[in-house]
Amino acid sequence: MITLGIDVGSLTAKAVLMDGDKIIEKHLISVGYNSKTAADKLLSELLDKAFIERKAIAKVVATGYGRNSIGFADKATTEIICHGKGIHFLLPEVRTIIDIGGQDSKVIVLDGNGTVANFVMNDKCAAGTGRFLDVMARAMETEINDFGPLALKGKNPSEISSVCTVFAESEIISLVAKGEKREDITSGIHFSIARRIVSMVKRVGLIPPLAMSGGVALNVGLIHALESILETPVSTTPLSQFSGALGAALLAQEL
Amino acid sequence: MAERLKATREMKKIMQRYYFEAKNARFIGKKVAWITSGGPVEPLIAMNIIPVYPENHGAMIGASKKGGKLSEFAEGLGYSQDVCSYAKNDITSSITKESPIKGGLPKPDMLICSNNICGTVLKWYEIQARKYNVPLFIYDTPFVHTEFTEEARDYVNEQTKEYVKFLEKVTGKKFNYRRMKKVGRLSIEAMRMWKRVLETAEHHPSPMTAFDAFFHLALIVTLRGKKVVVKYYKTLLKELQERSKENVGAVDEEKYRLLWDNLPIWYRMRWLSQKFASHQAALVADTYTQAWCGVIDYIDEEDFLGTMGEAYTRIHLNVGVDQMAETIKGFIQQYKADGIVMHSNMSCKPYSFGQYDIQHLIRETGIPVLMIEADMTDERKFSQSQIETRIDAFMEVIKQRKQHDYTGN
Ligand code: SF4
Repeated sequence: MITLGIDVGSLTAKAVLMDGDKIIEKHLISVGYNSKTAADKLLSELLDKAFIERKAIAKVVATGYGRNSIGFADKATTEIICHGKGIHFLLPEVRTIIDIGGQDSKVIVLDGNGTVANFVMNDKCAAGTGRFLDVMARAMETEINDFGPLALKGKNPSEISSVCTVFAESEIISLVAKGEKREDITSGIHFSIARRIVSMVKRVGLIPPLAMSGGVALNVGLIHALESILETPVSTTPLSQFSGALGAALLAQEL
Repeated sequence: MAERLKATREMKKIMQRYYFEAKNARFIGKKVAWITSGGPVEPLIAMNIIPVYPENHGAMIGASKKGGKLSEFAEGLGYSQDVCSYAKNDITSSITKESPIKGGLPKPDMLICSNNICGTVLKWYEIQARKYNVPLFIYDTPFVHTEFTEEARDYVNEQTKEYVKFLEKVTGKKFNYRRMKKVGRLSIEAMRMWKRVLETAEHHPSPMTAFDAFFHLALIVTLRGKKVVVKYYKTLLKELQERSKENVGAVDEEKYRLLWDNLPIWYRMRWLSQKFASHQAALVADTYTQAWCGVIDYIDEEDFLGTMGEAYTRIHLNVGVDQMAETIKGFIQQYKADGIVMHSNMSCKPYSFGQYDIQHLIRETGIPVLMIEADMTDERKFSQSQIETRIDAFMEVIKQRKQHDYTGN
């Protein structure tokens, strides 16, 4: 049976097409202000890419912030369950998952069967989310994709004490003015968000092995910062960005 | 959903009558005392003084969705964003007179403040005492970290005596010990009835939810020590027992049972109750409304005045997190809860500060905990889509866990 999992976040929309337990196609686009049109566009581009017809898809599960506005989905499920499922499929050993999204960050703990046992999400503030990295990259005039590698070069991470996105931005401006090295400031930024994430990990109670899912998992600087604070390896997968959509497609297989 | 509780109408009438009397106290020759929600109210009733609760008023302002506006006004006066919104609502309302009660609360003749709930009330009541130029009595309760010591007992009992003297001075009358005995008995009886009302939620399906409890709480807070409270809760209890007999649940086809921690979110009661009901989840108990019957055992019916000090000192907000966690563990057992929803309340520090520690302490129960950030009356601190996502995810986790339990996995 062919199923579709679709994950409409605040920045990007992702889709994964599965046949039984095989991934047959995946696709990613960026979301404008209208998540509904984004979902339609995502679907039609995916169908073209996979050379299949809409009616070949038996079931659709939607997840992410836009999950309830997707008309063609059979079911909407939150990211917690979907990321849990997706990562459990890709990395069956993993018990704790960190996912940093555009608006929400979460830490998910799985039981031995891959079922979600507990989770925590960030508080209302945006400081522990992907948005923080975006704002800081802009402040450092760096492409977001180059941000992580630049952080790795920093040997003496700058001290960034403010947890507030707005205050941290002005802190950075004064660090630049003081002449601190670009890579050190960047490294400091990554440590700052990592510390916030680690406090969430501690809140829910870390059970290793640990993995990171979502788009931010591609950021090597952040993985490094997390690993050094937690003193434990953090695994990722090349499909990390798709793990929510993948989990949704897997759930659709069960419908 | 089950129909609205029939008793509710009577309750509204009682509250209306109460506020009418309070507003017209001067014409009937009575004095008005403003008092904190955890304050020792019984001596006031014994002296025929009408107690008025700025916190209850604050909740009414919240329920009428004006909390954000009134808080903002107070912030304009220089009060910090972080100050409790009950305090800010009250301070604003006493200046602008904006209130769900026409003209706001009646002016106080005295203020009674007990810091058994928080430290905020001290400054708040000092400010109002200056504004209205009336005497303020502070009933200072030491924090019960682990145990209630003999020194603490002496300390609070001494204050009970001073309290009596204070009331004699303000009213110019001798304290009425005979009436005090009667009021004390009625207060205990009201607490017992309230407890029985809350315990009807042990039944599956539960005939009431925490949202009902939040609503019906107003009486035990404001009028305990008066007959009308006992009488009303008896009627309510009967109605709930009838529901249970017929297996009528407050939530249709109740499947999941949850606990609530902290104050309600007054301006989103309906949305929240519908949200949980849509997941077939009933909030069967909460730590907040239970606080008004949690200390019955410390009071001696024969010596109310001599023992109320201990009871007022040992209330839920004035004890260490270890004991708070024990209380919650007890509720998990008693009400067979599948999960806990903790409202991290920006306003109320003593309630919200220890919540992460409590989470740790109850982890052994294996019960999932959801934390939602908001404020009890300030709707500017509430983000609906974020909270919706958290509740949906939490309910999915609980559903999955229950499924696994059933299939024996
Ligand atoms: S801080 Fe908490 S206990 Fe104190 S008045 Fe505000 S809500 Fe009540």
